[in-house]
Amino acid sequence: MREALRDAMAEEMRRDEAVLVMGEDVAVFQGAFKVTEGLLDEFGERRVRDTPISENTIVGAGVGAAMGGLRPIVELMTVNFSLLALDQIINHAAAIPYMFNGQARVPMVIRMPGGGGHQLGPTHSHSFEALFLQVPGLLVACPSTPADGKALLKAAIRDDNPVIFIEHESLYGARGEVSDNSDEVLRFGEAAVRREGDDVTIVGILKMAHTAADAAQTLADKHGVEAEVIDPRTLRPLDLDTILASVRRTNRAVIVEEGWPHGGVGANLATLITEQAFDYLDAPVQRVTGADVHMPYSRRLEQAAIPHEEHVVKAALAALEGSL
Amino acid sequence: MADLPDASTSYELLARMALIRRFEEEAGRQYQRAKAGGFLHLAIGEEATIVGTTSVMREEDYLIGTYRTHGHAIARGTDPKRVMAELFGRVDGTSGGRGGSMHIFDAERRFMGGYGIVGGNLPIAAGLALSSDFKGEDAVTVCMFGDGASNAGNFGETMNLAALWSLPILFLVENNLYGMGTSVERHSAHTDLSKKAEGYGIPGRRIDGMDVTAVRESVAEGVRLAREERRPTLIEAFTYRYRGHSAADPEVYREREEVDEWRQKDPIESFARRCIDAGVLGERELQEVRDKAEATVLAAVEFAEASDEPPLDTLYENLYVLGEDEGWYAVDERSPEPHRGEHESEMPDAARELAEAGAAYAEQQDDGPRPNPATHGDAQEGTEPEVADEFKAAD
Repeated sequence: MREALRDAMAEEMRRDEAVLVMGEDVAVFQGAFKVTEGLLDEFGERRVRDTPISENTIVGAGVGAAMGGLRPIVELMTVNFSLLALDQIINHAAAIPYMFNGQARVPMVIRMPGGGGHQLGPTHSHSFEALFLQVPGLLVACPSTPADGKALLKAAIRDDNPVIFIEHESLYGARGEVSDNSDEVLRFGEAAVRREGDDVTIVGILKMAHTAADAAQTLADKHGVEAEVIDPRTLRPLDLDTILASVRRTNRAVIVEEGWPHGGVGANLATLITEQAFDYLDAPVQRVTGADVHMPYSRRLEQAAIPHEEHVVKAALAALEGSL
Repeated sequence: MADLPDASTSYELLARMALIRRFEEEAGRQYQRAKAGGFLHLAIGEEATIVGTTSVMREEDYLIGTYRTHGHAIARGTDPKRVMAELFGRVDGTSGGRGGSMHIFDAERRFMGGYGIVGGNLPIAAGLALSSDFKGEDAVTVCMFGDGASNAGNFGETMNLAALWSLPILFLVENNLYGMGTSVERHSAHTDLSKKAEGYGIPGRRIDGMDVTAVRESVAEGVRLAREERRPTLIEAFTYRYRGHSAADPEVYREREEVDEWRQKDPIESFARRCIDAGVLGERELQEVRDKAEATVLAAVEFAEASDEPPLDTLYENLYVLGEDEGWYAVDERSPEPHRGEHESEMPDAARELAEAGAAYAEQQDDGPRPNPATHGDAQEGTEPEVADEFKAAD
């Protein structure tokens, strides 16, 4: 995954002189997660810029640079630090095109890796997809495969809107086929159906897209249940049509995310499904989320707070209760 | 004291300051008439700092300011009609009625806003300067902000970044002695704000912001350093707003005598007096300046009154930049209508109906004295607003 993301940036930087990368430790150090490896060598300090640890100002400088005609890719070292930049992200990047009535554009990408599972404790394990999903004016991408990561990041860089690009720290080592075609981009708002099935629809994002797929395999192997697995890939815009079409066929839905339950991605999606496919549902929409706590450090407690395959299997079986 | 410029420049400076003064007075009046809503932050008394600055900037330079920037836009050349229409929330406003008083913007004149968050414009200014520098352009960014913003985290962060990257930028603190209702002595441990960026490698100087010639001289030098030497500097201009922080400010934090004392140094009166004494301008020209300002501002009000309310169909416009084959992205989830947004370029019926039903409530508070945001629960910027004489009887 990390090479796919790096290639996406390098290809777009070759294609468009206005693209630049800036963030903490992105140049000389080559990125805290080595995603920007090699970029400084190829593009130099003018286009690959180390910044001070000043998140709100890094993002704000990106906003201004974008308004001035550049296409900045701002890397926030992790999702957790994006909280320090929320003023620039919400009050400025997201609001400026609207509040100035289209006189200014903010074509920038704000990349940030997040997620739990590395024993980093409460301040370094956040999942804020839902937080950014809530903000009008932002686009939100959350790729789960290297191919999607590359194609979505390229699309994000070319897009004229501010894009929150969420990466999962556990997926940086993920392997998979990636297109060499530098013209290939993935449109935002197109979900991927990872597995077809007629019994239950499972929607998962980021790392949970993989957990959902694993659960579907177990459901087939051990329970004779054929689950359809959908990865939305972007949350704004959201390909709700693909999800609704599936739910109308399976009549059951399970949503899997790592974030907190209240006001989460699952809460939002469950509402949309209930509002728009109520007559098709044979069971309440099930949500599998991270625990409603700050991520504990202890490996035992941390694993207890993160959704796993078994949780998804149970949720799917609960949705199917009485029909098996 | 800096020299007086030639007659035509002096005339232009005086005319611009007088126009801003008259505009702001009228904006206050229209606020009392409830024609302008929300908050209204007037810059009466600060005209010399504004006009002195813009008068030495080039067309390609960027100017970025705060929530007190009606005058900045006008000084940059924005038609006062469009600024007034924005205060009225009308379709011909600088932001089509979406920004309001705090968010004036004019891309064409490189007036880059109008920001409601104290200190929020500083990092953006650094980014604008970065864009010019990156493209190898000559443009300079002038970033204006208040004394209160010098305490925001963005201040230190942006000073550091600007110095670190040698950005072509000039920072200008409009020190009007109060961060809302808190005096500089009570909000800043170091009251010499010009020194506050020195630790970041940005030298500063203090100037008389009530003297338009002094402002011109210092800003011209700051802009030159930014343009030619890529050296950011900080100017602290002492100025004063005669009116409260916003139109809903009872001004319990300062004495009437202090306001009167500053009025003696009025930037417009003092400059006019100097021009007369030096024989650069005559009484006839002064009268002409007043008359023109009066006529321009009255025309602006007339224009704003006549401008249409924004059509409801535009509620979602410009939220996103859309491609040719992309929908409007915004999905209004307030009703259980089949999800369509991302495939349609126009507002669906359900969203339109919701907007129409909501907009009908706007009619209910038309005309009459405006409700006070502080006491009506949606803001805390003061207690009782001044009520214009003509409405006191109605109360």
